[in-house]
Order: sequence, then C-alpha cells, then structure tokens
Amino acid sequence: MSEEVTAEILTTHILELARSGRRLDGRRPEEYRPVSIEFGFVTSADGSALARIGETAVVSGIKLEPGKPFPDTPNAGVLTTNAELIPLSSPTFEPGPPHPRAIEVSRVVDRAVRASEAVDLKRLCIAPGEKCWTCFVDIHVIDHSGNLIDACMLAAVAALSRTTMPSRRFELGEDAPLALAHLPMETTFCRLGNTIVVDPTFEEEGAAQGRLTIATDEVGHVVAMQKGLVGAFAPGEVKELAEAAFRHGDKLREAVRGGTRP
Amino acid sequence: MGSVGAKEIPELIGADGRRIDGRRPDELRPIRIVAGPLHRADGSAFVEWGDNKVMAAVYGPREVHPRHLQQNTKAIVQCKYNMAAFSVDERKRPGLDRRSQEISKVIAEAFESVVFSEEYPRTSVDIYIEVLQANAGTRCAGLVAASVALADAGIPMVDLLPAVAVGKVAGRIVLDLKKEEDNYGEADLPMALVPQSGRLVLLQMEGHMTRPELGEALDLGVIGCRKIYDVMKQALRDRYAAGSVVSGAAFSAAGVAP
Repeated sequence: MSEEVTAEILTTHILELARSGRRLDGRRPEEYRPVSIEFGFVTSADGSALARIGETAVVSGIKLEPGKPFPDTPNAGVLTTNAELIPLSSPTFEPGPPHPRAIEVSRVVDRAVRASEAVDLKRLCIAPGEKCWTCFVDIHVIDHSGNLIDACMLAAVAALSRTTMPSRRFELGEDAPLALAHLPMETTFCRLGNTIVVDPTFEEEGAAQGRLTIATDEVGHVVAMQKGLVGAFAPGEVKELAEAAFRHGDKLREAVRGGTRP
Repeated sequence: MGSVGAKEIPELIGADGRRIDGRRPDELRPIRIVAGPLHRADGSAFVEWGDNKVMAAVYGPREVHPRHLQQNTKAIVQCKYNMAAFSVDERKRPGLDRRSQEISKVIAEAFESVVFSEEYPRTSVDIYIEVLQANAGTRCAGLVAASVALADAGIPMVDLLPAVAVGKVAGRIVLDLKKEEDNYGEADLPMALVPQSGRLVLLQMEGHMTRPELGEALDLGVIGCRKIYDVMKQALRDRYAAGSVVSGAAFSAAGVAP
C-alpha cells in the first residue's frame, strides 16, 4: 500500500483515451485544471496561502525567525523548504519519517525558489556573520488529487508573496513585506503513450510513463527541472514542453498577482 | 498552561463579567463545521472554531499497518494528531512529539469507546487530525472534526462525540478557553461527551479547582458539548441534504480564480 496504485484496467483506459487525445476528466492534453488561491489562510503564520489545483489542495505557511547565517554565506539569510505529505491527504501516505516522494517534492520546490532568486537572501541578513533571518517555508498537502509539485510551488510562492517580516516580534525594528524579486512556477507534464499531458491527476500519474517538471520565471528563464517516474523524454519534447511551461507558468503567476493583500 | 513568570498578565475577566474577547462565561467561540471537504479520504471534516482551524480525515476500515496490531475479533482505531509547523506563534518543528502522541492516544481511545469495532474484525479505522492554526482547544476541535469525519465515512458508532474545554479563569469557571485564558488561567479541563449516555470518554485536567468548582465545570462542559453536538449534526445534514451530496464541499472562502 506504500505506492500509489492505479488499477491496471484504469491504466489501460487512461492510455487508450490518451491515444485519441482525451483524458479521464474530459480535459484536453494541454489543459490545466482550475486554479484558486486563498491568501492569509493561516493567521498564525507570517505569510500563508491555501492553493487549489482542481481537487488538489495545499496549505503553505511561512515563518521567519532570527538565526545564524551559514559560515560560507555570512551576508545571506537562510531559506528552508519542507513539504509534508501527511497521511490525511491520501490513502497511500503513511505516518512516519518523510517518504522519498515527500523529500523529492520539497527539494524540487526548494530548488526552483532558490535558483530563481525569488527571495533575496541578502535582504535577510541582519548582522553579517552573526545574525540573519531564517525563513521556513512549510508546505502541507491536505488533499492529493495529483500534481503535488505544481500545487506545492503555487502555495509556497503565493504565501511568500504575501509574507511580512515580523521584525517587531523580535525587537528588530518595524515589520516590512518580504517582497519577492521573482515569481517562479513549476509546470508538470506526464507521458501517456505518445501523448503528453499537463497537470496530471493522481490516476494519470499512476499510469504515466515518465513525468517532467519545468520551473520557469516571469522573465523567460527556466530555473529548475526534474524528470521523475520510470520513462523517458526526447530532447525535442523537452524543448516543446519548456515553451508550454512558460504559458502555464504565466497563468499561475497571474493567480498569485491577483487578489489583495490580507 | 505553563507561562509561570510571565510579566504581563492580561485582565481575563472585566468588571462587567465579560471575558477577554467579550464572551460571557458560558459562551462558546463561533464554531463552523464542514463535513466532507476532502476528496481522497473515506470521510473528512473541517472545523473552524474561534481561531482554530483543524482538518480531520478518516480512512477505513482497512488493512492494519503495522500488521502485528491487528485484532482478530474487532477493528482497531488509530489516531494521529499533528500540528503544522506554522500553526503556532513560534514555529513547531515537524514530527512526533510527546504531547501529540498523548493526545493521539486519548482521542483514539475515546473513539474506540463509541465505534462498533466488532463489526470489522482484523481492520483498522485510521483517523488523521491536522491542526493548521491553533488557538487553545485544538484537541477538542480535532475530536469534533474527527467525529464528523467518522460519520462522513459511514463508520457505525453509538453517537457523535462533541468535545469542549472548560477552565478556570480569574476565579471563574468558563467555557471554551481561548489562548490567553489557557496560558494565564488557573485550570483547563477538556472533555468529550457521548450525548446519548451522558458519559465522558475523554477527560483531562490540569490546574487547580475546588470540588464545587469541579462540579460546576463538568456541568458547564456537558452543556457546551450539547451545543456543539447540534452544530455537528447540522454539518452532516447539510452534507447530505437533498441534491447536495457532492464531494469536496468548500471549507473556505473561494480564492482568486483566474
């Protein structure tokens, strides 16, 4: 029970539909599910968001606290990303130490946030070599209906985009917005035979012959990638998918820009 | 509890007898329950109670993990209560701690007392409680959420389990403590009631109460539980109201839809 199981008959059906460009939920291969964000969902956090992609729901909460910079980066703050695939969200997630799957999600999200330089770590420096802000990005998956990487990234960036640095709480001056320098977003694709679909549901992930995640920023850079699951992609496919990733990424960025600061 | 030596203790009961948030001593915080908001769970519920936000999911009856816990004559009830790192003011390190394990145990035992476990031998009913935002009374909020989730999952039970904490604040017995009252009050007494039998299946207490105060607290708690019971039943009625049996009832205000 420790792995996602998609019944063979369902897998066959999904692959058969894909051959004619159709999907189980009626979407086209290049169609993303509806996205929504509720900012400030958790008031105990310094920034938070509840993000939904279709039936997938993820809550992210940001906490900042003073800490010590790493010796090799005395002028920078510390950013830590942790995704919890809690057993509440799926029949196949078990309690206990983080599953490699959860670690992969955490690291892929962390990589894209870090590489995009969305959070300017220099601004998190308080006293060089002595004191800096540690920014904890905690991500809780509460309903897993597929495409966790995109959903976790969306929740994390949405939460970060509305985060307040709690200076007053630690007697370090006035509170100020964290302010993101960039808005990176992940876009995930799955191979179903010769068809490649975006934003897979968990049933599609179970049937997939390879998964590819491409993180993009708003100024035209690919900032992170991850190929997962058993399967392969041709370089030409990767190039095409990167183009598509920008289109989908821009839509996700729009969702984060929309809405008002709570 | 446990803020001994704190310098500034807020005035917990005003001259008008009102509490720090304006409530009367026997008044509950606003409570909202949504049954069935999750898609993958067999049953689920979201509870927003004062400044608490708690989600519960139920899976089962299903295979027992780990296998050696399996019982040949009945189902076992397992519970995991967990707090999100961002649910409290000072970030909580993710993972198991002794408090969460104790709470998980007493909640599992409370439910084992009401579930008809002999109907499903060699299986497990797994309850997961996630505290997303905490402001005192999370075990009671978690229990209420889990109870509605069990009903949503169709697990046969004697009754729903409403729960509430009663406390002593500035010498007064009050219902449903909020954070400041919990931190600076004199006693905290969480309880869960089986409304049909009038018996308590979860009962804890910490602090100081005289015997008359204990009596008053228990009576007040029972009244509080009965009010919460009504909200729980309504949440389930709403879920199964004619034509509205949809999975994934919205548990929060809709966000921005691009």
